[in-house]
Amino acid sequence: MADTITFGKVTAVPIAPVRGKGYWASVITRLVHDPVAMAALAVILTIVLAAIFAPYLGLADPYRGSILRRLRPIGFTGYPFGSDELGRDMLTRLIYGGRLSLVMGVTPVLLAFFVGSTTGIVAAYIGGWVNMVVMRVIDVFFAFPSVLLAIALSGALGAGIVNSIVSLTIVFIPQIARIAEAVTTQTRNRDFVEAARISGAGTLTIIRVHVLGNVLGPIFVYATSLISVSMILSSGLSFLGLGVKPPDPEWGLMLNTLRTAIYSQPLVAALPGAMIFMTSISFNLFSDGLRTAMEVRQ
Amino acid sequence: MSETIALDPRDRGGAGTRLLDVHGLVKHFGGKGGVLTKKNDVVRAVDGVDFFIAKNETIGIVGESGCGKSTTARLVMQIIQPDAGEILFDGEEVGSPALDVRSFRRQAQMVFQDSYASLNPRLTVEDTVAFGPRVHGASAKAAMTSAHDLLHRVGLEPRRFAGRYPHEISGGQRQRVNIARALSLQPRLLILDEAVSALDKSVEAQVLNLLLDLKRDFGLTYMFITHDLHVVRFMSDRIMVMYLGKVAEVGPSDRIFDTPGHPYTAALLASMPSMDPARRTEEAPLSGDPPNPINPPSGCRFHPRCKMVAAVCSVVEPALFNAGGDHFVACHLANPASGHPGA
Repeated sequence: MADTITFGKVTAVPIAPVRGKGYWASVITRLVHDPVAMAALAVILTIVLAAIFAPYLGLADPYRGSILRRLRPIGFTGYPFGSDELGRDMLTRLIYGGRLSLVMGVTPVLLAFFVGSTTGIVAAYIGGWVNMVVMRVIDVFFAFPSVLLAIALSGALGAGIVNSIVSLTIVFIPQIARIAEAVTTQTRNRDFVEAARISGAGTLTIIRVHVLGNVLGPIFVYATSLISVSMILSSGLSFLGLGVKPPDPEWGLMLNTLRTAIYSQPLVAALPGAMIFMTSISFNLFSDGLRTAMEVRQ
Repeated sequence: MSETIALDPRDRGGAGTRLLDVHGLVKHFGGKGGVLTKKNDVVRAVDGVDFFIAKNETIGIVGESGCGKSTTARLVMQIIQPDAGEILFDGEEVGSPALDVRSFRRQAQMVFQDSYASLNPRLTVEDTVAFGPRVHGASAKAAMTSAHDLLHRVGLEPRRFAGRYPHEISGGQRQRVNIARALSLQPRLLILDEAVSALDKSVEAQVLNLLLDLKRDFGLTYMFITHDLHVVRFMSDRIMVMYLGKVAEVGPSDRIFDTPGHPYTAALLASMPSMDPARRTEEAPLSGDPPNPINPPSGCRFHPRCKMVAAVCSVVEPALFNAGGDHFVACHLANPASGHPGA
């Protein structure tokens, strides 16, 4: 219709109401057209769904071993991914291991996202000496390398799943709080926040309507990039005996118990490491894609 | 002019009272040294400014970058707190119990220069315009209806534009949204801080005409800040020229343009690009940058760049002298008793 040109007579074309495309809708559109991010998302979803529905997949018992069938190679009849040092099916344990590894990778980041972004946003919005005190305290945490800090905290709290989640949360809070503080400081100095203030809005309304919407996105992207770090750190804690206890399947712990088999069955011994690598790189690639999709046209 | 003024029910003082009266406004930045921060030099951004705006007039504020125009606007809007001075709105002091800051801001609003930075990228056009009334307790439906009315009023058809996001419309359209947002609280005073400076000339002309229409229809008073002298002449009843945080000259537009009293004003006018190629500017009317407001020159702040400089200029700071009518000039030349040989 639009390309029909009529001379001498003007036909009025009714203008359809234009509904703007929301920011998040356009981010998702761009994300869907990013093949790398979508592939990473597919890997993550596969691992997550397999972990959730593990009991319904018709797998062997992850705890039942057989002293006669220890350290079978990959592809052995009945053991597609071989068996471990106690003769337990590796495929089963890798899938079940995803349950604990994912929980220990994602939970600390989620908790730190809530606590850290609240701290950072409030500190930046109040500003002044409050902000300075909060940020200096956070700097103290930055003085320690995160691995060392996680080990020290875990060691002090004692081994166990909950304790390692707590210690990893404490490791990530300062990192997220710092990003939150930086983004909030940047946003609160923009003219539209000033315009909202002169239209008489209170602090809480301004934070809710004008700050959060512009700040949570970037913090969320940063948090997703921490999931891979968190998975590696929690695996490391389990490897050191500070996280999950045997015989529970967890990738870091499996890496530890299989390390004695590194000469006899190197491929089997490397499998938990490969899972950690695949999962964390997928989270990283997805987070990269998300950041690229969000950067275009703020 | 006087018949239209009494229409506003919020009017207190009547036509005789000035809408805005500013006395001795001072704002210095920096200078405070904390325990961990080093002591900074004081920037005298606004250093004793007096002016008034009559009801229903447009005052144009001009000057070079850094002369304190925008700081003055922000001080009036209470975005930043003045170090000294008082601001009276329709006869009541802003911030006093009779007129608290919140009710003052319902009557005075501001449009910023950067049309993009002053719109929240996550809100649609209609949500942005409806935000102010919602904050002041209007129902969602009433706020949305008035937002659509205002969008229509500023030339943006609500059916096409209300649901859009700031990045989906042009710079001129965004500035129209900002104007609609500023008008959503039905203010009496609108401060336009370089509101059209970032727009294309053709778009700028449309927005200026829109502002003139709105002023007539809503009985507004404008404080129009710009560095563009053509625009200020087109818009203003009176003009105030600022230099380094001080008022250099203030008076009716025609007086300022026809018989400027301050050499700085004369130089600014001479620097205006002429439409006539025969009247091309041959030599630069002003040389050098404005001096540093951290350490302004002694006496008259303009004297190091002034062609008419005399001995008295570097010693005595000239006060605003009434040069007849409403025309005030802060120059020794205007005051015969100043001791300047040219006076």
